[in-house]
Amino acid sequence: MSITILNPGMLTSVQDLGRIGYQQFGVSVSGVMDPRSASIANILVGNDEGEAVLECTMMGPHIRFDAPNIIAITGGDLGATLDGQRIDTYRAIPVNAGQTLRFTMLRTGCRAFVAFAGGLDIPVVMGSRSTNMKAKIGGYQGRKLQKDDVIGFRAPKTDLKNLGLRHTSPEFMPRAEYKLRIVLGPQDDAFTERGITTFLSSVYTLTPEFDRMGCRLDGELIEHVKSGDIISDGIAFGAVQVPSAGKPIIMLADRQTTGGYAKIANVISADFRILAQLKAGDKVRFEKGLHRRCTGGSACAARYAELPAQRHESLTQP
Amino acid sequence: MSDVSFLLSGDSAVTVEFGNEISEHINAQIRAFSIALTESKLPGIVELVPTYRSLMVHYDPEVIPYGALVKNLRACSISLTTSGFRQAMCWRSPCSTAGRKWAPTLALSPSTITKRPDEVIRIHTSTEYLIYMLGFTPGFTYLGGMSEEIAAPRLAQPRVRIPAGSVGIAGSQTGVYPIDSPGGWQLIGRTPVRMYDPDRAVPILPKAGQYIKFYAIDQAEFDRIAALEASSGYTVHTYPRKEAEQA
Repeated sequence: MSITILNPGMLTSVQDLGRIGYQQFGVSVSGVMDPRSASIANILVGNDEGEAVLECTMMGPHIRFDAPNIIAITGGDLGATLDGQRIDTYRAIPVNAGQTLRFTMLRTGCRAFVAFAGGLDIPVVMGSRSTNMKAKIGGYQGRKLQKDDVIGFRAPKTDLKNLGLRHTSPEFMPRAEYKLRIVLGPQDDAFTERGITTFLSSVYTLTPEFDRMGCRLDGELIEHVKSGDIISDGIAFGAVQVPSAGKPIIMLADRQTTGGYAKIANVISADFRILAQLKAGDKVRFEKGLHRRCTGGSACAARYAELPAQRHESLTQP
Repeated sequence: MSDVSFLLSGDSAVTVEFGNEISEHINAQIRAFSIALTESKLPGIVELVPTYRSLMVHYDPEVIPYGALVKNLRACSISLTTSGFRQAMCWRSPCSTAGRKWAPTLALSPSTITKRPDEVIRIHTSTEYLIYMLGFTPGFTYLGGMSEEIAAPRLAQPRVRIPAGSVGIAGSQTGVYPIDSPGGWQLIGRTPVRMYDPDRAVPILPKAGQYIKFYAIDQAEFDRIAALEASSGYTVHTYPRKEAEQA
């Protein structure tokens, strides 16, 4: 009742929705880069949304099924095939024992998520099955998958209710330039007016330095009032920090829990699914969701009065 | 508590900021706020991350909208007591520059720090540092109380890899890198003590509220302790810290 990794691909790891509750000890959340896509994959195969999946990066793995199960693949299109035949993403697919799932080439995006009905037999470490590669805990032996790794199924299925209806439309669309919606803060006051304007009006390009921890962007330098140093505080998923050198870094799933660079803004959670699919050379533009500029002592009140409107917008926009 | 501010950190976290400096008083308020909030069992709060000057509250906006959350946080912040969690244990943590090999900041000429290297070591090892918080990586301690005389700016561009055990300075902060990681702190030495070891019964040694005092060792002593850490483990010396006067 297992799968065998014939070829791990570029970076394949076991991830769920993250290790929650240990950031105060300095332990990163980890978890899938795109919670929405991973949750959809799980729902398609009848799992809880938070079940652990395989997160595959750019060049996906080759996986032999030693037992039958039902899978679903979501996220970017990494060219999934089953015994050489193209298979649909965003659809529950029954797999027989002996068949091989092979990702052949990157077509769109960067990361795909593979859910297995009944879940993978991975020990829970500190409340999560997510791999924290830096701390070497969780997932499969605290590391990315390697050739010949064998991962068991917990409760594999050969049939699911409404199997034929378990599909939906792929969500990620390739674009020349991606729009990432942001909320300014928590340290937007560390930047000059001009710096904020630069940030909101420039096109930034992803550099090759992008991984699960964060991605560095190249583009117009963002001007600080004094410097990009702050007294260290917490970092949320999607935080855009700008060190003194002036180029933004977007913090992702494996980000450190705290850090000492000023964070000009935070990407809204509805756009994490885009963040997870970006790769070197992709261009992004940041768009502010708030409509009026917050000033002085009323900044907090003004901000949170507007936040629900922005969230609503984020849920209704395509 | 009138100067508590609520800073947006995206749509699922808010930074509750108690001040903009490293002070034992502010840190004590944050820890007290964190405890009070945990006990309030407010629905929708996912995780709390206390730091020097703020508490990051991760929340589920589908359960509690931002406005209601902040209203509750504000109410909770009004009546706080900062007494009742004074800790008195101090660790003695060995630290070596290995003939400045591990202290690139001190080897630079002119140094980022204007003091002579041995002066920097003397000043750095003369203080009991309060462990304000853990963060950045498992077991990374943010220590407070360092002399401004040896303060140094962060690197404008962080280093890609800093070896485990490296002792660094950033602004008026000092701390130890528990695992190999990228980072922007100025390096002044290295400790052989493993702050984090996933295979140990207690993976993360340092606790917020304790103190650390460094002492200088040579490379032979470093190697001896490192060898112990690699085999049976090294027991860090601790002593009860003399109670500080009430602030």
